Amino acid sequence: MNVPDISVYYFGAIALVLIGLYAVLVKKNVLKILIGLSIMETGVNLLLVSIGYISGKSAPILSEGITASNAVDPIPQALVLTAIVIGVATTAMALSVAIILYEKYGTLNVEEIRRLRG
Amino acid sequence: MLKRALAIITLLIIGYWLAQGLAGVPFGQDKMIVGRYYLENVKEQTGAVNAVTAIVVNYRGFDTLGEVTVLFIASTGVGALLWRKKKKRTARAEGSVVLKTGTELLFPFVVLFGAYIFIHGHLTPGGGFPGGATIATAFLLLYMAFINYEIPHRAFEKTEGLAGMGYVLVGLIGLAIGGYFLFDWIWQTWNWGHDNIGRLFSGGFIPIIYTLIGIKVGTELSGIIDNMLKEGVSE
Repeated sequence: MNVPDISVYYFGAIALVLIGLYAVLVKKNVLKILIGLSIMETGVNLLLVSIGYISGKSAPILSEGITASNAVDPIPQALVLTAIVIGVATTAMALSVAIILYEKYGTLNVEEIRRLRG
Repeated sequence: MLKRALAIITLLIIGYWLAQGLAGVPFGQDKMIVGRYYLENVKEQTGAVNAVTAIVVNYRGFDTLGEVTVLFIASTGVGALLWRKKKKRTARAEGSVVLKTGTELLFPFVVLFGAYIFIHGHLTPGGGFPGGATIATAFLLLYMAFINYEIPHRAFEKTEGLAGMGYVLVGLIGLAIGGYFLFDWIWQTWNWGHDNIGRLFSGGFIPIIYTLIGIKVGTELSGIIDNMLKEGVSE
């Protein structure tokens, strides 16, 4: 098993996804699981933006001497903008479900909730 | 303990697999196909300097309308999930002196900064969604500092609906003038702002739509904050 040769940005993105997945798999508090999901999302966004990066080129804002030939790919950035907004929306929904869970069971521990449900 | 070890082993396998896959994607190389077209034509076709916002609002305007709809459905969902017959703010501790004074001083400037972000969406990084989120932050500050504060619900709901309808209306005017939904009539038919690309009055309908989106997102996120902070009280 040789270690794959990847850039530090890809490594960071994978690390963020794995940290988030660890929280989802191991933690028992619903809020911590949701934080893990948000961290995973950040990792995916970082991955998309870094795939669109081109070495030595600038942000795709075509003013002050930056032309089409020295700007990075704008499409991943536009897609990540969409993804962030959808992420906020789903996080808000999930958090309100967590509020209802706490009102109903008095705890946020998933194992307790499973036991109380019978 | 066993569960944790098992999780770590799973994560290592997934991580290795992801890294193996990404090793085939070269970092920092030019992989543009469609992006090249956008970058070369963005100034003539949309009048915006910022290619990202031109793609989000102009080339993929219909997609953004869907995105706004998703955010609207989420805020409606939060409202429906947390609906109680009678809701009240139950916070007991006032904000500290620093928080209260800071909020009073900063509130107008935070709102102003949010408006700046969404009005200049076609020139600088940012746009309607970050601008709206900034405005919602200003209202969150008010909620944290004052225990009795509530947003003016009726006005906010009306503003939100009008902003959403305005977006569809701009698209429908495009349909009437140019033949397809969200046609950029200000830039392509009226030819406004062709000689000041890179200044505020350019970019066709991008500043207009982003202003509407900014207002909509700001009021929507403030509504979500309001729904989450209030608790139901039994009579």
